[in-house]
Amino acid sequence: MGASWLPIIFFSLIWFVVGGIIPFMIPKNPNRGVLQVVLMLTGASCWLFWLCCYMAQMNPLIGPILPQKTLFAIHQYWNGWDD
Amino acid sequence: MMSDAGSSSDHELQPLIKGSSARNGSAQTINNRSYSSSGQSCFSNMCSFGGNAVLFRSEPMSRCQLILQSEAAYNCIAELGELGLVQFVDLNPEVSSFQRKFVSEVKRCEEMERKMRYIQKEAMRDELPIHEPDENPPAPAPREMTELETSLSHLEKDLSDVTTNYVALKKNQQDLLEMKNLLSKADAFLSESSLQIADSAGDEETRNTDDAQLIDVRTDEGFSSMKFNITAGVIERSKMNSFERILWRVSKGNVFVRFSDIEDESAHGALLDKSVFMIFYQGEALKARVKKICEGYHAVVYPCPEKASERREMKYGVNTRLEDMKTVLNETEIHRRRLLETGARNLRLWFTKIRKIKAIYHCLNLFSFDVTQKALVAECWMPEHDIQVIQEALQRGADASGSTIPPILNSVAYVDEMPPTFNRLNKYTSGFQSLVDAYGVNSYREVNPAVYTIATFPFLFAVMFGDVGHGLIVLLAGIWMVMQENKLEKTAEKSEIFGIFFGGRYIILLMGLFSIYTGFIYNDIFSKSMNIFGSHWNYNETFQFPLKMEDSLMLDPGNRGQYQFTPYVFGVDPAWQSATNKITFLNGYKMKISLIFGLIHMVFGITLSLWNKVIKRSYADIFLEFIPQLYFIVAIFCYLIFMIMFKWVSYYADNATQDTNVWSEHCAPNLLITFINMMLFKAADPDPKLVAICQGKETYMYGGQYYIQVFLVISGVLMVPIMLFGKPIHTIMGRRARRRNYEPMADNLLDAEEGPARDGDTDASVEIRNGQPGGRSAPVSSGHGGGEDSFSEIMIYQGIHTIEYVLGSVSHTASYLRLWALSLAHSQLSEVLWSMVMNIPLSTSNPFVAVPMLYVIFSFWAVCSVGILVVMEGLSAFLHTLRLHWVEFQSKFYKGEGVLFVPFHFTGYLKEAEAADLEVIKGTP
Repeated sequence: MGASWLPIIFFSLIWFVVGGIIPFMIPKNPNRGVLQVVLMLTGASCWLFWLCCYMAQMNPLIGPILPQKTLFAIHQYWNGWDD
Repeated sequence: MMSDAGSSSDHELQPLIKGSSARNGSAQTINNRSYSSSGQSCFSNMCSFGGNAVLFRSEPMSRCQLILQSEAAYNCIAELGELGLVQFVDLNPEVSSFQRKFVSEVKRCEEMERKMRYIQKEAMRDELPIHEPDENPPAPAPREMTELETSLSHLEKDLSDVTTNYVALKKNQQDLLEMKNLLSKADAFLSESSLQIADSAGDEETRNTDDAQLIDVRTDEGFSSMKFNITAGVIERSKMNSFERILWRVSKGNVFVRFSDIEDESAHGALLDKSVFMIFYQGEALKARVKKICEGYHAVVYPCPEKASERREMKYGVNTRLEDMKTVLNETEIHRRRLLETGARNLRLWFTKIRKIKAIYHCLNLFSFDVTQKALVAECWMPEHDIQVIQEALQRGADASGSTIPPILNSVAYVDEMPPTFNRLNKYTSGFQSLVDAYGVNSYREVNPAVYTIATFPFLFAVMFGDVGHGLIVLLAGIWMVMQENKLEKTAEKSEIFGIFFGGRYIILLMGLFSIYTGFIYNDIFSKSMNIFGSHWNYNETFQFPLKMEDSLMLDPGNRGQYQFTPYVFGVDPAWQSATNKITFLNGYKMKISLIFGLIHMVFGITLSLWNKVIKRSYADIFLEFIPQLYFIVAIFCYLIFMIMFKWVSYYADNATQDTNVWSEHCAPNLLITFINMMLFKAADPDPKLVAICQGKETYMYGGQYYIQVFLVISGVLMVPIMLFGKPIHTIMGRRARRRNYEPMADNLLDAEEGPARDGDTDASVEIRNGQPGGRSAPVSSGHGGGEDSFSEIMIYQGIHTIEYVLGSVSHTASYLRLWALSLAHSQLSEVLWSMVMNIPLSTSNPFVAVPMLYVIFSFWAVCSVGILVVMEGLSAFLHTLRLHWVEFQSKFYKGEGVLFVPFHFTGYLKEAEAADLEVIKGTP
């Protein structure tokens, strides 16, 4: 499983706060229900969107096919990682 | 179409009329209504979490009867008009508008409006600013209306008098000017002629023209001796030549014409296009002919005295009169202006007042008189929540008119009518509600999809639009419109297209926000990617120089030096930006998320239908419709989602464990083929090359998959006959039970008991054997009782509904793939625009050429970006999102057969009238 726990927990926490904690903190005004629903839907859909993108890339079955020029540029300008 | 109309009447009214046999006009006074809130079922309370009167469902309405004393009626309606919460029902539909009671008052109002429009036109012609009042004047009392009428008619009469006078004076001035010109030209002619005549007489002394007196005496003599007739006048310049020719012909050459152009300015300021002429001739017969010709040519003949002294006197007189005329005209002008200013200052105020009066009388026309002719009766719809406020308003109106009898407000039961739908909106939610209403207004107390649309609409738009840069442009446009709300309000009313965009400013703002988010995830900003967190792909091999630039290499996902074995933290890895197989990867990814979000959206829609069924208390439907529908979709399509996620999570590449890894990337099965095989119940053929390594994981992802799939498909398909026959059979059984029990009770009361009290199994089995499963064509019609449909109709309706659902589930699922298609189109268009346009100056090596080229080409790129990618693609994505909501989402639960609540409100009425005003004024010259 190619997932690292830190990003998952971090982003899930952010969207959980947006969709699950803030709705209970909205003061009582006539629009409260609407705001709650909107926040919950936003939190859920944005979290799922991020998660799908994460899951689609974590176990790639193919890699990017890059021309030599780009590979050289990647090697030169992007810091890789220590193995 | 058979619907649950019978059972869908407002259940909040049931406590009121249950137990009373009368169904119409049971008048219980309004004080008893207070228990309606406690009488609501716990479900209704649960359904309005967050407070009362929320947007989730339309508000409960009650139909009320309003009894007003005649004197108080006017004031009460005025108060209600300011409030804007009551919709009146026309109680005199058969009466034509000319026979209604208050038609004379309406006519008076229209007459006053006509006068005011005249004043407005005059004021606009003189370019006087029309003062907009700050306060909103209340509807005036009937006495005031008469005062207003008289003052208005006086003003109009004065104005028209002044204007007529002015016109007449101007004409006079014109005539005087022409006469003045004539006299001066006549001087010139006659003095010249006198010269010539004197010459011909051979007297050289007369060349001295200064001595006018002497010459005149001579010429006088000369003329009278020749007996010349003179006709002098003014004619239009263009007709002069033909005039002269005709005179010549008619008089056979015996006429002498002198003419010259007037260079003076006319009364209106423009150059006068006329000429002065003098005709000299002999004889009376010729005189008559000349006169006729002058009349024919519309030439104005002025009396021109022959003697120069007389001419001088006349000229003096004309000049004096011209001076006087100018003064008089000035005074008239000032007077007129003053009148117009008075008018213009009060115009808006008067318009508002008179329109309010007219509105009130229109409303009063809808009332009917009761027997005693002393009170007016009306029926109206009002939201239950506001009954208190409305009563207070009525009380205020009654007090204002000094009537002793308070107005009576009774609630009345309504029979088959669906109450109007009222959603309390504010400026944020009205845009989304109008999107939903454009397809169909909510049925009364149905689940309102607008609430969820606030979040899902911008989100689905953003999935299709997904670009940080373009999203930013959309966001800025939305923010600008929101911040300049008050100033742009006026512009929005005038222009239709801008009005549409302005009405959706909050939608646009949200769409921009979400688009920026999805743009970050797609890693697409103006078609470029950003590397914020460090790419998780790298190239660690040694390079062989010289580099062969054409060569491409695929980075190996199994190589720990090339792929970090964890994905890029937020969004698509920037390494894919320049990859040649970028689209292959993105297609797979985007198609999968389209299906995921599409199915979630549809399951959400089905869940909302559950709420609808709970509201209508048709609990049987939950088991006969909701559960089979849900199971069908979940079993077949959500299983596909499960497979997608399973494959994402389980199969991976790792060079280290290449040979023994059953989950290696070579073994990943093709989901499409798996799904097709599942539908066809085909066992997959294992690939002999892979069996050794993958040991079956290349065909089946987990043990027992084949059998589970068979089970899911069969059980899903079994739901279809339940959907098809469940509800009709249930209805038929219910009817037979009712017939057996022989109680003539109302349908809706029975439905409330039908759910929990289902007939015993023995009865059911007997019925089923008797009833025909394929009975669509069999004429087993139990059409007894008023509005009941026959069995065949029920079956047809249910059949259509089922087929629509089953086929729809396939087609709608595929329809959600437009999320992928549009986002692909957007990103490709954006990339093409960059690489074809911006790349040219950026890849030019000579900076002195590149920089100016960049300057020019940037403008072209920017215009195309905004015009094509933001506006065109934005509108396209907006339309597709709208379609997804209207068809794919709402067909799962939405009926949309409601009628909008249109309250009697002055503001709406006034706005309409103002718009009509502008039309009328533009039309008339």
